[in-house]
Amino acid sequence: MQKAIGKRAISSFISLFLLVILVFFLSRLTGDPAALFLPVDASEEMLEAFRERHGLNDPVIVQFFSYLGDLVRGDFGDSLRKARPALDVVLEAFVWTLQLALITMALVTVAAVTLGSIAAFKVGTAFDRFTSMLSLIGASAPDFWIAIVAIVLFSVNLGWVPTSGTGSVWHWILPICVLFIRPFGLILQVVRGSMLSALGSAYVKTARAKGVKNRPIIFVHTLRNAMLPVVTVIGDQAAALLNGAVVVETIFGFPGVGKLMIDSILQRDFNVILAAIMVTALAIFIMNILIDLAYALLDPRIRA
Amino acid sequence: MAEHLLEVRNLSVRFHTAQGVVNAVNDVSWHLDPGETLAILGESGSGKSVSSSAIMNLIDCPPGEITEGEIFFDGMDLLKASDEERRALNGKRIAMIFQDPLSHLNPVYTVGWQIAETITAHGRPDQMAKDRALELVRRVGIPNPEQAMKKYPHQFSGGQRQRLMIAMALGLKPDILIADEPTTALDVTVQAEILTLLEELQEETGMGLVLITHDLGVVAEAADRAVVMEGGRIVETGTPHDLYHNAQHPYTRKLLAAAPGKGEMRQPDAQAQPILSCRNLSKTYGAFHALDRVNFDLMKAETLAIVGESGSGKSTTARLILRLEEASGGEALWHGEDLLKKSPREMGKVRRQIQMVFQDPTQSLNPRMSVFEIISEAWVIHPGVVEKRRWRGRVEQLLGQVGLLPEHANRYPHQFSGGQRQRIAIARALALEPELIICDEAVSALDVSIQAQVIELLGRLRDELGIAFMFIAHDLPVVRDFADRVLVMKQGEIVEQGPVRQIFEDPREPYTQRLLAAGLDPDPEVQRQRREARLKLSA
Repeated sequence: MQKAIGKRAISSFISLFLLVILVFFLSRLTGDPAALFLPVDASEEMLEAFRERHGLNDPVIVQFFSYLGDLVRGDFGDSLRKARPALDVVLEAFVWTLQLALITMALVTVAAVTLGSIAAFKVGTAFDRFTSMLSLIGASAPDFWIAIVAIVLFSVNLGWVPTSGTGSVWHWILPICVLFIRPFGLILQVVRGSMLSALGSAYVKTARAKGVKNRPIIFVHTLRNAMLPVVTVIGDQAAALLNGAVVVETIFGFPGVGKLMIDSILQRDFNVILAAIMVTALAIFIMNILIDLAYALLDPRIRA
Repeated sequence: MAEHLLEVRNLSVRFHTAQGVVNAVNDVSWHLDPGETLAILGESGSGKSVSSSAIMNLIDCPPGEITEGEIFFDGMDLLKASDEERRALNGKRIAMIFQDPLSHLNPVYTVGWQIAETITAHGRPDQMAKDRALELVRRVGIPNPEQAMKKYPHQFSGGQRQRLMIAMALGLKPDILIADEPTTALDVTVQAEILTLLEELQEETGMGLVLITHDLGVVAEAADRAVVMEGGRIVETGTPHDLYHNAQHPYTRKLLAAAPGKGEMRQPDAQAQPILSCRNLSKTYGAFHALDRVNFDLMKAETLAIVGESGSGKSTTARLILRLEEASGGEALWHGEDLLKKSPREMGKVRRQIQMVFQDPTQSLNPRMSVFEIISEAWVIHPGVVEKRRWRGRVEQLLGQVGLLPEHANRYPHQFSGGQRQRIAIARALALEPELIICDEAVSALDVSIQAQVIELLGRLRDELGIAFMFIAHDLPVVRDFADRVLVMKQGEIVEQGPVRQIFEDPREPYTQRLLAAGLDPDPEVQRQRREARLKLSA
């Protein structure tokens, strides 16, 4: 297991490195930051001085190696906009995103696993059909549209919660609810399908022949076996949220990593883009290891 | 009213399927007394397991429906009892074990926990359950019981898993144990051990045993009484002795006639030339010797049977010859040329001459291809065997050769029975006019009556077309009827080889003797002698 994780760490490091190369050069293609950063009527001298100060006049390849050199020393460079270390800017935003992702995924997991398991056990009943319909709507609803409709309805018309920003518990409710819908629908369907096939398996028959009651058959015997594909999808969905729910964060003015990335790309704040990508990539890498560990925890056959 | 321990009266069960209503059992009645072993004998689809599933409340309704009947246990009609009342009986008073213990044990919990669960599920305290589980694991003969309790099902062998299933079933000393094909996928020696264990446990506890099986040998070895089922009805009931010597119903007689191991044994042709010679053929996986310096010849138009228990290297031998896996050493000479040194291109040509038929025709035939496509595909891969305009005619001819009809060419595998599918697989192998067909457990999954027909077909092909067979099997009676010569393998080595008569009538190696003694014979008298021989060998 440790060996597998070690291997995974090495391959992740290589992908991370390739990603840095790719993003570094691609972001340079977007154009000159000086043009955006300085006022429109800035003189050529001012632009030149700005470029010189930030090393933008060197050949791109030289810029790249000096960036790598800094990176090795743990220096991600400064943000052009905020004149602060890019890493600090990113970590600040990342904490917001992480909280949002964790709370949402925890709620999604509990709700989808419970409802999905019961739906599978009561397959074909009205409850099953209702949850299936609910999950289908959830999995296919566009989140930007729901976000806007939710703001119109709950913030503007009813005035129950704030439209955007942060500051109180109330600010969290709409973003969480909107982000909840799609993973909930997807995971519910996976849980139901996976539980259905597990409930038809031979060991469930054995458990019934042993006189085990229904509740432990569902939640002890079947659920643990059915969780493997579910954990995969949970990881997948959590990764999407960690990357920053770009659309939802932007609509709700939520200061997370998704919004930060969009802003930095629009402003050609290269160091922030790179730092944000590396931080989220690292988070996703750690989460993948956690998923592997969860597999091993759930299924002894994987531990060997 | 005479009191039996368990009595099934006039039970009828039907299932609503996509193909319509299937009457799984019709007006079935049987009973079981304490300490008695009742065998329910039948082939697949006979409904032999349905009444037991009804007893255990394991029939899902829908799609199942119990239309009629009563099941009396302890003065209560189980079919009128509530789900909760029946749950309380399951595992406590009536327990059940199944075929294929690997899939019937939960893969993610320790066996100790699963055995104890039978006891805790009926409200007994945890510690008591644990102690009893340990006692049972020891009783069923698992080595290192304390450690075994903490292991998972995949860490045990097939025979050990069945022992653990038995331990799980006996947690609360049930009055009745239902065993559904408990030894079917196990090696013969392990099968004999499991049946002996069940018998011992029955003597200790006085429980009644219902033994569901397709194997006349199991009936002869273990049963006091047997009911024979066909098409959802009981056709005959009697002691194993009566059934064997005095069968009344034509179906019972047909089953007995189909049982292999009674025909004239073949005499190998001393003049035959070898077409395949393996010299020191070996395969290692790290330090593990899957196949250790194996030497044998296979003659033209003969059947060479390779017998042995699981893990003995039977299939590995075939896979190395066909280069489905690379050998670690040795030679496989095909008409004097070493197959192991051939380039992929040359090997492609050889594959035309050596064809293979696998155990499970359901998995080895592509479900989305018609029979015509399945058989003619070989000619796409090996152009020049048959001209394209003659494909249709040749496929129909091949189907005729294996006992199917020309119009079957346009159907798909799922429209055939297991035996018919195996015939399709054989027709596919024949399409390339091979010299050698390797059959890897090709008849093991088939019912006895079907098995006999397929063996007869293979024998005819051998005699008419001069095809040689490498016949990999664990079922000794089939080998006895079909083989010219036999190789006995154990742990990657050849223990003994010789003409079929010598192996079966005068086995020299103790391992061969033990293998033969462990095989079950449908004749209760023969079986009694075997059993004595077995006990003597194990003593």
